[in-house]
This record gives sequence, structure tokens and C-alpha cells, in this order.
Amino acid sequence: MMMKPELPSSVGSASGRSRALPPYSARADARTEPGPVRLVIIAITVVFLTVFVVLPLVMVFAQAFSRGVGAYFSALSDPEALSAIRLTLCVAAVSVGLNLVFGVVAAWAIAKFDFRGKTLLVSLIDLPFSVSPVISGLVFVLLFGAQGYWGRWLQSHDIHVLFAVPGIALATVFVTFPFVARALIPLMQEQGIQEEEAAISLGASGLQTFFRVTLPNIKWGVLYGVLLCNARAMGEFGAVSVVSGHIRGETNTMPLLVEILYNEYQFVSSFAIASLLAMLALITLVAKTILERQLDQGQFPSDD
Amino acid sequence: MTIEVRNLVKKFGGFAALDHVDLKVGDGELLALLGPSGSGKTTLLRIIAGLDWPDSGEVSFDGENALAHGAGQRHVGFVFQHYALFRHMTVFENVAFGLRVQPRAVRKTEAGIRARVGELLDLVQLDWLSDRYPSQLSGGQRQRIALARALAIEPRILLLDEPFGALDAKVRKELRQWLRSLHSEIHVTSIFVTHDQEEALEVANRVVVMEKGRIEQIGTPGEVYDHPATAFVHGFIGESIVLPVEVSDGCVRLGGEALNIAANGAASGASKLFVRRHDMQVGPAGSGALQGAVQRVRAFGPIQRAEIVLSAGAGATVIEIDAPRDRELQSGDIIGLQPKRYRIFAVQD
Repeated sequence: MMMKPELPSSVGSASGRSRALPPYSARADARTEPGPVRLVIIAITVVFLTVFVVLPLVMVFAQAFSRGVGAYFSALSDPEALSAIRLTLCVAAVSVGLNLVFGVVAAWAIAKFDFRGKTLLVSLIDLPFSVSPVISGLVFVLLFGAQGYWGRWLQSHDIHVLFAVPGIALATVFVTFPFVARALIPLMQEQGIQEEEAAISLGASGLQTFFRVTLPNIKWGVLYGVLLCNARAMGEFGAVSVVSGHIRGETNTMPLLVEILYNEYQFVSSFAIASLLAMLALITLVAKTILERQLDQGQFPSDD
Repeated sequence: MTIEVRNLVKKFGGFAALDHVDLKVGDGELLALLGPSGSGKTTLLRIIAGLDWPDSGEVSFDGENALAHGAGQRHVGFVFQHYALFRHMTVFENVAFGLRVQPRAVRKTEAGIRARVGELLDLVQLDWLSDRYPSQLSGGQRQRIALARALAIEPRILLLDEPFGALDAKVRKELRQWLRSLHSEIHVTSIFVTHDQEEALEVANRVVVMEKGRIEQIGTPGEVYDHPATAFVHGFIGESIVLPVEVSDGCVRLGGEALNIAANGAASGASKLFVRRHDMQVGPAGSGALQGAVQRVRAFGPIQRAEIVLSAGAGATVIEIDAPRDRELQSGDIIGLQPKRYRIFAVQD
């Protein structure tokens, strides 16, 4: 790694100078295309991005503010809206918390140890990604619903899971659980186990090794996973819709409320909530970019 | 601290990384485990460190069973091939790590830790780097920090896995000498793994040559070079000319023709004749046991290296010899060759 820059740079500069491009008609860069082709490609990209990304985003905010700032804020301060925001934050906190612990532990086990059934575990972690969210929600209905597997027992003990906050949290946890683990597994596999071995040979216990060596090395990856997990937890619609029961002011999360309000032709209220979700998306995007930069910098080149 | 390894076996799947290995290391020795990749040398080192566990066999330190303890309790300093420095810690914190993770009862005070780390950084002559991060160091510097970190816990044994493997030739040479002088200073029993024979011969007091999970020979650098115990050792250490010969009744034949050399008690049958390049004496055509034509000569320093096409029954075999420059060879010369010193090993299988 250390010796790499020397040879190619000297070779590159020598050949670069000898071909100092006297005829400007010849294209400066071998990889580039003629002007018209470039123009068409760029135009297609711009149009595509505008239609599919920028316009919808602008529309959300335009609709939200269509009756002015006052209507916007009164829509947001409606008790129903506030309750949905509170519920969404609460559910996101629960699922991020649980998935953080689960994801770090799972990634640690998968990346640093060899054991039987490892491949199975990796596929299981991916399961929520490959199953439709609606199905994920239905699974919980089948388990906890009145006619469901545990339904009778739960009813006799007066425990409400379905059509209540626990059910929404469960469905969200299920749908979002791959995020942290998925962000960490490749990172931890790439880092290998040498630093952990070094720590152990220096007398560190397992926990000391984890908290002093493993965790600091993956902290940006953890944040990255948490960020994506949070974004999905707040935005989840399908699974939550199935288990929520849509009890107004009680079990409506923000995405559910957006739909309900829209169906009731309350466009300003609907888009006001939607604008919060859109802002969440934008913040997530910015934070993600910053974190990715941190992650890249965190990858010190190994020496071979 | 003495180390004794008895009847160690370690298999990875069907592959025997260690095949009944016995080894004794004396107190204060600087021992090299030398062998090609896949010979089991690193596995042996890792088992001694407690980073791997054998399938069967014993490892003891000063007569005490080491396998009863995990890596952390063995007080073994381990220097990894790619250093394995903690990338998120400064050089200072890297070296201090072993001191900081000690149980509270025996842990040094902060001032004590600072003093000890300072001492170690002085020892490896890198005290000026204490605030840097590993990514800001050169390979040679990282290697020395890794060593300082391993020494921080006052190890009873120091184990180094390919300590100079990832360094360029010049730094490697400097560090070799440095390691030897460091060893004579601190005198801790040390084992290092290498695939580089020059490194092993130059640095170690004793060399253990390994191949396919077995120990081929244990001896001083002089012994393994001058008196290789097996064909493998002869071929692996130093440059050798190898010729397939047939031994029968004390007569050595190459391609059916008798060579004018003694069999030195080698058993009858298919064998291999090993001669060091510089042990081939050049004489005029017609003299010596072998005849050949010089194909190409490269002269550098005190020697000239010549490619010789052997005539006779050898079937146009090309060998390389190192001859002194008292008589310059020209390509096309027909010369006679006489092995001054040689070994004959029976072909096994």
C-alpha cells in the first residue's frame, strides 16, 4: 500500500507530458463522448430526476402550504396529528433500540465467529427485506389476532397487542431488523479479527475487547444502520397498516394518518404531515452522506 | 521461560496443519520457525500463544500446562503479521492497552502507565510518535509499535508472526538487526515465524525447519545450512543444484553414466544429488565428474553465475553455478565440473 503511489505516478506524469495534446480537435479525454451525445444523456438524466424526484418533493411542500403558513401549522397542531407524531417517534425509538442491540450482536457473531447455521442466520436476517410488508403485518395478525395462535390466551389476560401500540412496534421491529446488521456485517468482516486477537493476547476480557476495540471501530457503521433503520421505522406503511386498526388519535402513525386525511379530502393536513416525513427523508439523506464519508475515512488501508 | 511442545496435532478439515510436532525451546532463546507457506509454522505459533487450540498434544511453559489457560492468561506477547494495531487509538494508547485492561487490583496508576509506555516507546525509539494514529505511520514504525505493545505486559514469551513480511527489503534488513540487538537486551524467550531463510539464518540462535506440518530439522543456522538433515532442508535452505541419480553398490550414476564421486554410504536406488552452487568446482574440459557447456554468464561482485548445459546422459539439464572470478568463463566454453561437497538423499515414495 505504501509503495504503490511511487511507480504509477512517475510513469503517468512522464507519458502525460509527452502527449501534451497539440491538436485541440482531438478530444482531451479518451473516455468522453461528442458534444451532442453528452447533451442528450445529460438531458435525459435531468428530466428523469425532475419528474420522478424533484417534482413530487416540491408538490408535497406546495400542497402543504397551499392555504398559507397558518393553515400548515394548525394542521400540524391538531390533536390527531400530534398523537400520530408521538406514536411514530415512540415506535421508531423502540424499534431502533431493539434492532441496534440485535443488529450489533448478530453482526458480531456472524463476522467474528464461525459456527453451524451461520448461513441460515444470514438468510433469516434478510427475510424482512424479501417479504412484502403486508405479509409481515399479517403474520402478526395470525399470531396475536382474536382468532390467532395466541389470541385466546392474550384475551383472557386482557393484553392488547393487535390494534394497539405493541402490535405496531412489533411489526415495525420485524420490518426494520435487517438494517443495522446489514450495515455492520460487511464492515466487520472486512476489519477481520486480528485486532480482537491482539486485544485478547494483551489480556483483555471478551467484554473489554468488544467495548474498547470492536465497538469503536464500527461506530460510524452503527450510526449508519441506525439512521436507515429509523427512516424506515418512521415511514413504514404496509405492515403497520395491517396491525394498527386505524383507531384515530390512538393507533395511527404518521404514514397512516397521511392516507386517512387524504382520503377525507383534507389535503392541507395530509400534506402537512407528509412534509414532515419528506423532511425526515431529506435529513436522513444528508446525514447518510456525511456518515458515508466518515465510513470511507475510517477504512485505513491495511498493509498488504 | 522454557517452552515444551509435545506430540501436537492440529487438523483443519482433512488437512494436517501440525502432524505430531515435538519442540523444546530453551530459556532466552531466539528461535526461528522456518518453512514454506502451509508448513504449519504459524499454526504452531498461534497454538503456543493460545489463539488456536490443538486437537491433541501438550504445550507447557516451564513445565506448567499452558493449554489450561486462555491467551490472556499466558502472558505471551504476540506480534501479528499485519501488526493489528488498534486503528482508532493513538500510538500511546495502543502501547498502553495491555496495561489498561489489567484487573483493577494489579493495574498500574495512570502515572505508572505513562512512565511504562514512555519507557517502551524509548526502547523502540519512537517516543516522538506517541500522539499519532497507526494510519499515519510507516510499515517499519508500525512494526516497532506492535512490538512495544506486546512488550508492555512484560511477557514471559515473545511470539512474532512473519514480523518483517510486509516490509520492503531495506527496512526489513534494518529491523532484523534491531530485533536481534533488542533480544540480547531484554532476553525474553522469543519465537518468530518466517518463510525467509536469510532472515531465519541471520537473526535466530536456532532454526526449526518445517514442512507439511512436520519438523524436518532443528539446529543452529550453521547446522541447517551445512548439514541439512533431509532433502527438503537442503533444497529449501540455500541455493542447491539437484540432479536425479541412481545409486547402486556405492556407484553414483547420472542418466546411466557413472559419476566419479563416492556414494558416501547412500543406499541403493533412485536418489537425488544435492550440490550447493558454490560447491561446484570448475576445471578444464575432461576433468571432474560432470561435463558441460557454458550457456550464459552473469558476473556480479566476487562471483560469476553461469548457466551450464550438462552433457552426457544428463540429457541437456541446465544448472546454475556460482564460480569465483579467478578464471572468467565465456559462453560456449566446455568445462569440467567437480562437486567439492555434496549430499545424496534417497528419493522417498
